Amino acid sequence: MMGLASIGSVTAVLIILGFVLIIVLNVNNVALIAKETFDEIAVYLYDDVDEKQIEELGKSFKDIDGVMGVAFQTKEYALEKLKEDWGENAYLLEGIRDNSLPNTYIVQLKDVENSEHVENQLRTFEGVEKVQYHKDAVNSLIRIADFVKKIGTGVILLLLLISIFIISNTIKITVLNRQKEIELMQYIGATNGYVRGPFMVEGIMLGFFGSVIAILLITLGYRYITNYLAIRFVAVLSGMSGYIVGVEMILNDLIIIFLTIGIGIGILGSLISLKKFLSV
Amino acid sequence: MCYIIKLQIVRGGTVIDFNSVSKIYKNEFTAVKNINLKIDDGEFVFIVGKSGAGKSTLIKLLLREIIPSEGIITYNEQDITKIRKRNVAQYRRKIGFVFQDYRLLPKMTVYENVAFAMEMICSNSKTVRREVPLVLSMVGLSDKAKYYPDELSGGEQQRVAIARAVINKPETIIADEPTGNLDPDTSKEIMKILTEINKRGTTVIMATHDMNIVQAYQKRIVELKRGVIIRDIKTGGCIDEPKEI
Repeated sequence: MMGLASIGSVTAVLIILGFVLIIVLNVNNVALIAKETFDEIAVYLYDDVDEKQIEELGKSFKDIDGVMGVAFQTKEYALEKLKEDWGENAYLLEGIRDNSLPNTYIVQLKDVENSEHVENQLRTFEGVEKVQYHKDAVNSLIRIADFVKKIGTGVILLLLLISIFIISNTIKITVLNRQKEIELMQYIGATNGYVRGPFMVEGIMLGFFGSVIAILLITLGYRYITNYLAIRFVAVLSGMSGYIVGVEMILNDLIIIFLTIGIGIGILGSLISLKKFLSV
Repeated sequence: MCYIIKLQIVRGGTVIDFNSVSKIYKNEFTAVKNINLKIDDGEFVFIVGKSGAGKSTLIKLLLREIIPSEGIITYNEQDITKIRKRNVAQYRRKIGFVFQDYRLLPKMTVYENVAFAMEMICSNSKTVRREVPLVLSMVGLSDKAKYYPDELSGGEQQRVAIARAVINKPETIIADEPTGNLDPDTSKEIMKILTEINKRGTTVIMATHDMNIVQAYQKRIVELKRGVIIRDIKTGGCIDEPKEI
């Protein structure tokens, strides 16, 4: 009965842990994609900058430390792109005679961490009207990801402690029932390892079964949720499918993590519960 | 009855030596104080004294269940107070212990209870099958090998406990009040077995407060009172002729 309670508690703890892990993984994934998407800086040039100057500016931008590459976008191309983006409403742009959109350089960064340095350098060039970068959005995402990671780690640690406590109490009950036998073993000259053996096996089995059940439930549950969301919000999610981490991508890691944690909890729980009783 | 408890290769000499041993517990209770005691190989020693005299503490010290607050205890010249925790098991294999309350495992048969002691020290099954019947024969329980402890009398249970204590051929047997729960006739049976074991070379240390037994067997008597040895009467002496030390 207590064995079932222990398996149940390990399963429950690992399921919560699994969901926390999945949330952390997904937030991380979103942050990573955002980093990759926003690793560009748009440099708008004044209208009076001539072609020669534009070319020189391009070369100078390329030489800045932390820049991976540059691409030039003419004001005409910018207008065409805008029309494309506006789709059905593009006719509204037809009347514009004077294209007020600027010539633009798209500067690609090696690493978003360098964005501030590159941005400051770009501002110093003559002919540069404005430098635009989605710094705040990226920074906010990174901050959220860090926060979720920290909270997630805290919750996971707390849950681990709780499950170690539960397992150690379960084993303690078995140990108490066999206290006289354990004492006897020690008086006879059985080594601590020999005495610990069966209890360790019990702890490992409790942890193992708890993790297997948790792996099954988490995998099925997560697959169901992702499928449900995909069907229900197909339109909204069509462009976001890359942001959600698929079950298949995490299954192998999940099995390794859960089995390691489950068995680890079992071993630790057994060791803690036996420590007091191995002092004869 | 051809079972040989111990091959006596080396005889004589001190096996156990308590040198100025004191034990003060955490609650500051002094259980034993300045104990100086030498026990020779092959001796039979009664440790006597009333409850609280320090008999149990002396046994616990010898079993390395506790370590002294002061002094040194040596077993065959090995300082047992310095044995590392992980090596205590090896040390205890030299000692067979008989409990007052037998401590038999209720779900095991007589045979299994005795075999259990051999399994604990990883003896192979062939040896177990060979040795257990010999020891059961020595304690007169060959015909009860398949019985469970609750099917036996107190005396029979204690004989199983003795069989379990000697099965691994220890150098020393420590018996803590082995006749404490038994009637006089049954106590005599137990004493007969312990004496037999001692005759075959095993050192026997028996804690008891049964003065009838002590006087009947004419062995060395060490008497404790409030944690101090007040008398050490050599073999053949009598408790009525105290020899103060």
